[in-house]
Amino acid sequence: MKAVELHHATVSRKAPAWFRLVIAVALLLPTTLQAAKISELGETTFAAQAIRFFTFQDPAVRYALLGSMLLGITCGLLGSFIVVRKMALVGDALSHAVLPGVAIGFLWNMSKDPVAIFIGATVAGLLGTMVVGWIKETTHLKEDTALGLVLATFFGVGVCLLTMIQRLPTGNKSGVDKFLFGQAAAISPADVRLMAAVTVLSVIVITLFYKEFLVTSFDAGFARAAGFPAQAMHYLLMLLLAFAIVIALQAVGVVLVSAMLITPAASAYLLTDRLSRMLWLSATFGLLAGATGAFLSFLGPNFPTGPFMVLGATAVFALAFLFAPRHGIVNRWFRQRSRALRIQRENTLKSVYHVLEGRDFKGEGVSLAELAERRRETVEEASRQAAQLRRHGFATLHEEGNVIFLTPGGWQLACNIVRNHRLWELYLTNAAQIAADHVHDDAERIEHVLGDEAVRRLEKRLEFATRDPHGRPIPGLADIQRGSRPPEPAGQPGGYGRRT
Amino acid sequence: MNQLIPTFDFEKVFVAPWTTDLSFHGWTMLMGFLVATACGLVGNYLILRRMALVGDAISHSVLPGIVIAFLLAQTRHPAVMFLGALAAGVLTTVLIEVIHKKSRVKQDAAIGITFSSLFAIGVILVSQYASKIDLDQECVLYGEIGLISTDLSAVGRMGIVAALTIGFIALFYKELLVSSFDPGLAFSLGINATIVHYSLMCWLSVVVVSAFESVGAILVIAMLILPGATASLLTKRLPSVLGLSVLHAALSSVLGMHLSLWLVCTPAGAMVVAGGVLFVLAWVFSPSAGLLRRWFGANLPVTGPAPARAGGG
Repeated sequence: MKAVELHHATVSRKAPAWFRLVIAVALLLPTTLQAAKISELGETTFAAQAIRFFTFQDPAVRYALLGSMLLGITCGLLGSFIVVRKMALVGDALSHAVLPGVAIGFLWNMSKDPVAIFIGATVAGLLGTMVVGWIKETTHLKEDTALGLVLATFFGVGVCLLTMIQRLPTGNKSGVDKFLFGQAAAISPADVRLMAAVTVLSVIVITLFYKEFLVTSFDAGFARAAGFPAQAMHYLLMLLLAFAIVIALQAVGVVLVSAMLITPAASAYLLTDRLSRMLWLSATFGLLAGATGAFLSFLGPNFPTGPFMVLGATAVFALAFLFAPRHGIVNRWFRQRSRALRIQRENTLKSVYHVLEGRDFKGEGVSLAELAERRRETVEEASRQAAQLRRHGFATLHEEGNVIFLTPGGWQLACNIVRNHRLWELYLTNAAQIAADHVHDDAERIEHVLGDEAVRRLEKRLEFATRDPHGRPIPGLADIQRGSRPPEPAGQPGGYGRRT
Repeated sequence: MNQLIPTFDFEKVFVAPWTTDLSFHGWTMLMGFLVATACGLVGNYLILRRMALVGDAISHSVLPGIVIAFLLAQTRHPAVMFLGALAAGVLTTVLIEVIHKKSRVKQDAAIGITFSSLFAIGVILVSQYASKIDLDQECVLYGEIGLISTDLSAVGRMGIVAALTIGFIALFYKELLVSSFDPGLAFSLGINATIVHYSLMCWLSVVVVSAFESVGAILVIAMLILPGATASLLTKRLPSVLGLSVLHAALSSVLGMHLSLWLVCTPAGAMVVAGGVLFVLAWVFSPSAGLLRRWFGANLPVTGPAPARAGGG
């Protein structure tokens, strides 16, 4: 009790800092869907509701917000484990399976007693997961079928019980139907206490058994071999998961609770590779989503809380999906594009080298026509490639852009690529016994990715050979550093690339 | 408790629906049978393809499809609803694929994220425009199969959808069979797996949306999975599995109707409960794969086909 009040007080004092974040997230949400409705409400009502929310004068607001944030934290933490264990839809099945338990908990003494509902729902949820396990063990049905079966059948039982309760004189006004889509405004102080207890319990259990959870989640085989109680950990996780789902029911509703488990954790999964960081991020996202849902559903007269929380979590996921530094698709696209461009440049340099090699490195620079002929493409295309080379400082263009002269850097890279290509061809013919006319395509791909270390070892292995399987010279270190130079621009004494 | 479970009245529960009230309850039972048949037949292929939970996802995400189609077209014409649901179904399939293929998020999490977001949008729209669309949150969950006799055109539509489902399965039996069991063989026979996949998803959306009105968004999952799962416990041959699913559909709708009359609860929920009970019976007593056989295996004569390879035959 003491701890709960303390917790409550800290959160309230810290509130302003949090709320700037919440507003930032809220602004990113697809609230345009609601635009028509909001404009009907009128600017003043909307603003007045927002002010009422942020001043916390209404105790119902405080409980709703606190409860939503607590459930966001718990669901985020536990959701991380089900996402990394690829059990996301177990969460979904579990959350639908608790419905009959909620109804029976309600029937216990015909009131929304949080403890009775908590116990009923937990038992029903665990029974559901056990039935899934039995079906998988004793029949040929696969996990997805078993999950769908249990989910829908338990939900059917729950729906029957709920309609029976609503038929009763006392049941009609009980608000037990609020469990389906969630209403944060219905969160009572007793609910908040229960939520805080479950949150604290989850944090303690995860801290105590962090190593066990980590090992059993990522490498079940090793965990068993090393004597970790994998089965016990699984059931402990299921128990905590059932707790998390049950405390979230009131605000999010049975139908969408699984999203609060999956979505924040999946967003965190896109942002980091470390489980500890993922737990922190996921709890933060859960908290943000919870607070956003509580805030937005407060703005309108008939706004359900759960769907808004879910959309908040989805907005975070969409941002992570697009912009995550390593796994986001935008960054990935940029990386792939820059790699494709680099390979294209390297191929152009190689062609320039080939042209020069074709005339024993004598004569003027390489003209666009020569390059185009060598690459079997149009002059326009060759000119575009040349421009690319110049932009990256690998070449200078002369005579109105018609002749290409390599810079020292460009020459060095061209030699490198040709050397990689020919070394690899030689390696495949000598060491892997592949016919000399079959090695070119493979070398075309690998020439762009061989590192310095690999090249050094290849050279050593091939005893510093100087000719490739087709009899052409392999540019050595000496060539790259000083040896045969590319032709110099006419009238420009002393080295290449002066005229830039 | 006495109030909760009414006294059992044989006359009211078992006789009346077939005699005096047949014009009312008969339609409900027929509708339940048609819904469960159409869903169950499509569901068989979902089970075979390990896509039961994609069915779960699509059944949730047709909700925003229906609501947005209504808000755009301002009519409840069935064609508009079908179009909305089709669009939502395809969008769901594509979104799941995109999230799963383009990021490190696994397929199960991708399914969860996709359907919950779409369903959330649907619920918000319903909560705001409920009065205009004549759909409320309760209906989304329970369906209104009990009131179906007031709108017989819905029964007609469902009948057409069920008949078309049977027609499609008969017409493309080979394609569906081969691509479900052996994608490699299907490829070598020139069957385009992508087209089969998307056609199945489209038809699933159509079936789900026509079932939506009567059983709601979630119970339809039971209608999709229960018949096929029960049938596949009893036999291994696909034609018999399909036949038994239809039998399961008939039994669960009739028994469910009686159950809902006794307990005075929503018929859609009761039909699912009845279907679940039938599944449990099959699970326990199946001659080939039942629990009894597992427990007392050696003492029972073999009456059915041998417990078979995964996926059935």
